[in-house]
Amino acid sequence: MNGIAWFYFPARLAWRQLIFDRTKLIAATSGVLFACVLVFMQLGFRDSLYASAASAPVKLNGDLFLMHKQSEAMWRPVQFKRSELMRTLGHAAVAEVYPLYSALAPFKNIETQIKRTLMVYGLDPDSMIFDLTGLKNKQTELRLKDTVLFDEFSRPEFGPMRQLLMAGQHTTEINDYKVTVIGLFRLGVSFASDGNVITSDLNFMRIFPNRNVSDIDLGVIRLQPNTSIKQTQNELRSRLNESVNIFTYEELLEYEMNYWANIAPIGFIFGFGTVMGLVVGLVIVYQILFTDITNHRNEFATLKAMGYEHGYFVRVVFASAFFLAILGFIPGYFLSIFLYQLAESQTFMPMPMNISKVLTVFVFILSMCATAGLLAIRKLKSANPADMF
Amino acid sequence: MAIVIDVQGLSFSFGSGALTQPVLKNITISIHTGEIVLMTGPSGSGKTTFLTIIGGLRQAHHGSVMVLDRQLINSTEQIKVSVRQQIGYIFQQHNLLKSLTALQNVSMTLEMQNSMTEQQRLEHSAEMLRAVGLGERLNYLPDQLSAGQRQRVSIARALVGQPKIVLADEPTASLDKQSGHEAVSILKRLAKESKTTILLVTHDYRILDIADRVVELEDGKIKNA
Repeated sequence: MNGIAWFYFPARLAWRQLIFDRTKLIAATSGVLFACVLVFMQLGFRDSLYASAASAPVKLNGDLFLMHKQSEAMWRPVQFKRSELMRTLGHAAVAEVYPLYSALAPFKNIETQIKRTLMVYGLDPDSMIFDLTGLKNKQTELRLKDTVLFDEFSRPEFGPMRQLLMAGQHTTEINDYKVTVIGLFRLGVSFASDGNVITSDLNFMRIFPNRNVSDIDLGVIRLQPNTSIKQTQNELRSRLNESVNIFTYEELLEYEMNYWANIAPIGFIFGFGTVMGLVVGLVIVYQILFTDITNHRNEFATLKAMGYEHGYFVRVVFASAFFLAILGFIPGYFLSIFLYQLAESQTFMPMPMNISKVLTVFVFILSMCATAGLLAIRKLKSANPADMF
Repeated sequence: MAIVIDVQGLSFSFGSGALTQPVLKNITISIHTGEIVLMTGPSGSGKTTFLTIIGGLRQAHHGSVMVLDRQLINSTEQIKVSVRQQIGYIFQQHNLLKSLTALQNVSMTLEMQNSMTEQQRLEHSAEMLRAVGLGERLNYLPDQLSAGQRQRVSIARALVGQPKIVLADEPTASLDKQSGHEAVSILKRLAKESKTTILLVTHDYRILDIADRVVELEDGKIKNA
C-alpha cells in the first residue's frame, strides 16, 4: 500500500465502523470525555494553586530578597534580624532596603462578627514593596494610627467590604485589635490565606503586640540602576549570615512554587489525580476497543482471508483510538472551560485555560488512547480466519 | 489447460501426540483453469479444512500444495497473503462488514490494489453488483438485504478483484433452494465469462448440476478422484 492509502483506508474503515453504532460511539466518547475533564480539572486546580500561591510574591517590587533559610514559604516565615537586611546597605550597588512583616491573624467580618484568618502584611507605606494601585494613593492615610487596606479579592466570607465602606462601616478587628479599613486593593487569595490586609509597619506592631520591629519576615532590596543583580547577589551572599537566603525575584517565585509543588502534599495530590484520570480513561478506552475488536472479529477474519495483512488491522485499531481521542477531547474541552469558570466563581482562585494546558491534555488523551489501542491489539491475533469457517 | 491447483499427497491433522486427529489423508487432486469443481462429503470429512489450506488460511506441513505456482506447504506469511489476494473467498455466512454498504463491501476487495483510483474502484464494484442483479441496492447495508441478496453481494465481493480462483465454502447453506440456486448460477455464469476456476465445497445436492466435476471426500480421502 502506498502513502495516503496506507493510513486512509484503515482509518476510513475505522470511522465507518465507529459511526455505524451511534449508541456505542456516544458511550465511548463519554468515556474519553470523562477522562479529559478529569485531567483538565486536576491540572487546572494545580496550576491555579501555583498561580495563587505566587500571587503575593508576583506583586513584590524589588531586585533581591532576603528570607530566613528555615522559611519554607512566604506564608509561614521564620523571622530574622532586621540588622541583617541593613547590613546589605554597605554594598555600593544597594540603593534602598525595606523590611516586610507578615502574619496570619483572625479578621472579624463586620456584618456577621465571625472571625476568619487572613494574611496581614506590614510595610513602610512609602516603600511600595507591593506594586498595587490600591496602595499608591493611600500612602499618606496609611501612616495614620490603626488604618488598614483590605484585599477586594479576598473570599466573600470576610464580608462585602466595598459596599460596607460605601455605607460608612469601616471599623473591625484584626487579632482582637480595633482597626479602620481605609481602602481596597486587589491581590487575590491562595491556598495559604483566604484574604489579605496591608497596613503600615507601625500599625502592624500595634496589631501584633508580641512582634518586634527588629524581627522581620522578608527583606526587600532595591539596587542602583545599571548594576548586575546576579553579581550583587553573589557578593552580598558572602557578607550575609548564612542563616538567610538571598533570592532574585525569579528565584523567590520559583522557591514559592516549589514549596507547593513538592514540599506541600498538594502538588502530589493533583499529580496523582491527573494520573488517576488517565488510568480511568485508559481502562475505558481499552474496554471499548477490546469489545470493538471482539465484535468485529468475524469481519477482521474475513478481511484477513481476503488478503489484508495484520498491519492493516493495527492501523484500524489505532485510527479508532485516534478518533475516540478527538471526539472525546472536543466536548471535553468545552465542558472544562465551563467548569473552570464555575470553579473560579466558587473558589475565587484564577483558573486560566491556556494553549499549553490544552496541548498537554490533548497529548495526554492521545497517548492514553494509543496505549489502550496497543493493549487491545493483542486481541487481534485471535481473529484467525482458519478457525472461523 | 494449465493447472492452477495442484495437490500431491496432502495430509493434515489436528492436535498433537496421542490426541492427533488426522483430517486429510494423502489427498491428490489437480484442478485446471476455468474448471468448476464441487467437493461434497458428509460433515467432518475435512472439506472446509481442505479449502482453508488451499486458500492460504491454514498451514499444512505434509505433502505438496501448489496454488498459482506457489508452494503453500510450510510457507511464509507473505506467500500466504499474496495467494489470498489472488483468491476470491465466499463464505458459508455472507461475512459482509455490517457497517458498510453493499458497494463499500465489494470495494473492500479493490482497496488492496493501488493501481486504481477511488472512482474506478466504485465503478468496478457497482458494475459487479449490477452483474449479480443488485444494481438497485448499491447503498443498502447488509441488514437491509435478504439472505440471498447478501450472499450475492459476497459473490460480487469475491469476483470483483478478478481472481484466478474462487473458493466457496457452502455458499448456499443459509439460503433457500431458489435463492441458493440463483446465487450459484450467477457465480457459474460470471466465472465462465472470466475463465475463473471455482472450488466449491458443499453438501447441498441441489446445486450439483453447475459443476464440471464432482469430487467426494470421505474420512479425509477422495472417493472417486
